[in-house]
Amino acid sequence: MFEVVAFYLFAALTIVMFTITVMTQQALYALTAMAAGMIFISAFFFILGADFLGAIQIIVYTGAVMSLYAFGMMFFDTTRDVVEKRNNPRFVVVLGGLAAVLIVLIVLAPIVTTDLNAHYPIDVSVGNSQAIGMVLFTKYLVPFEVAAVMLLVAMISGIVLAGKKMDKSLTLMADEEIALMHASSHHTPEEGGH
Amino acid sequence: MDMAFIIETIAKIVVILLVFSALAGLGTYFERKVLAFMQRRLGPMHVGPFGLLQVAADGIKLFTKEDIIPQNVVKPIFKIAPVITAATAFMAAAAIPFWPEFTAFGYKVHPIVADINVGILYVLGIMAIGLYGPLLGGMASANKFSLISAARSAAVFISYEVISGLSLLAPLMMVGSLSLIDINNYQAGGIGNWIVWSQPVAFILFWIAAFAETGRTPFHLIANDHEIIDGFGTEYSGMRWGLFFIGEYANMFFISFVIAIIFLGGFGDGSIAGAFQLLLKVSFFFFFFLWTRAAWPDVRPDQLMWLCWKVLMPLAVVNIVITGLVMMF
Repeated sequence: MFEVVAFYLFAALTIVMFTITVMTQQALYALTAMAAGMIFISAFFFILGADFLGAIQIIVYTGAVMSLYAFGMMFFDTTRDVVEKRNNPRFVVVLGGLAAVLIVLIVLAPIVTTDLNAHYPIDVSVGNSQAIGMVLFTKYLVPFEVAAVMLLVAMISGIVLAGKKMDKSLTLMADEEIALMHASSHHTPEEGGH
Repeated sequence: MDMAFIIETIAKIVVILLVFSALAGLGTYFERKVLAFMQRRLGPMHVGPFGLLQVAADGIKLFTKEDIIPQNVVKPIFKIAPVITAATAFMAAAAIPFWPEFTAFGYKVHPIVADINVGILYVLGIMAIGLYGPLLGGMASANKFSLISAARSAAVFISYEVISGLSLLAPLMMVGSLSLIDINNYQAGGIGNWIVWSQPVAFILFWIAAFAETGRTPFHLIANDHEIIDGFGTEYSGMRWGLFFIGEYANMFFISFVIAIIFLGGFGDGSIAGAFQLLLKVSFFFFFFLWTRAAWPDVRPDQLMWLCWKVLMPLAVVNIVITGLVMMF
């Protein structure tokens, strides 16, 4: 009984939250609703008995959405509405609705007639995190390692892109040094032109 | 799911809420007295014996103050931000065993609301959500100081979450379980079995990260009074500001419990003596929070980032690798 109530409660909350994320014009509402939606999704993992995945869902997405807030802070005045350019709202609604229906059909079509059985049912003799570990390091070892390598590549390229002039720190330099640095960086292209 | 279980759970939730709200209030009293003692002052002394009723006076003041919502703020977000801080602090307490099992009036009581098998992950995750309070409060206030504080809280969150996670990984590898009760039972053999002896580096790193995540003094730059007024709290008044305060102090107590349980043996074998030892350890960590506030200056934001990424994170990773090698061979 509790599971049914919890499921419908969190399903409704999640849908409402993501609807706000898409529909609102206020960047802060969108980000906050998205963070709330991501946290509400973890409830489904807890209902299914996958405690580990539920906790990971909370930890990963709070961090991920937090960095989105940082971007929001850099690009918008978050206390004002964002002015959106809408050329043809009806067209967008029709396409969006069709896409949603299509996704539901694609996911449901193969499984609607068959009885679902878990390939790896929850083993009550071992804990939740142990079960995840076993599946991750046997059946899904290659995708797991590939994902790790891809994240490493992304991290290194991020450091390379952001790391220019990282040996200089403006807070540790005297004003004259900063002025000198600006002056020299302005002159360099002219000298190159001669 | 029988009726007794539901009643027991609700009773435990109410007890934890009441006890720790009261402790948060008393915590401010202790903080002022300890700081006063270390700075050769008297601290609160006029209201009640030893100034003890100062807590009640402050509470009445906070509850009865006008709740000001300034112009130009994003109202719903501004209103909900303090609630997030206070609520998540208490939600994190659900997976913390405060006391060993005991029998009262022939009924066995487990003083933990929900013994889930990923306890420590849950506690860290919910405490991490708590930082949304300062972030949202700072971003929703139409105030530049609040915005700076929000930016800092995002930076501190993203950085020190890494430290607390990586430093805990090594002890968790040794225990082989994420449940705080299992971690406690692993050290039940006495003082020689405490994880702090085998994982001193992880202990220090997690302790430092705890200071960053509760926003206490060496890393108090989220609401640094002498440079950005009160940061995210600048525009808040009355009980909304009080909720931030309760959340901060409750978090200090809960993180003290977590450190004591993971590294210092928790409640040991579950005897009465062990239970009181746990309370002593928690009081020590709480006192240490106040002690550093009196003894240390604040660090600059760039020093904080330097410390996190160039010192603590490499140390944590090396610690994990060494632990793994020792466990393998």
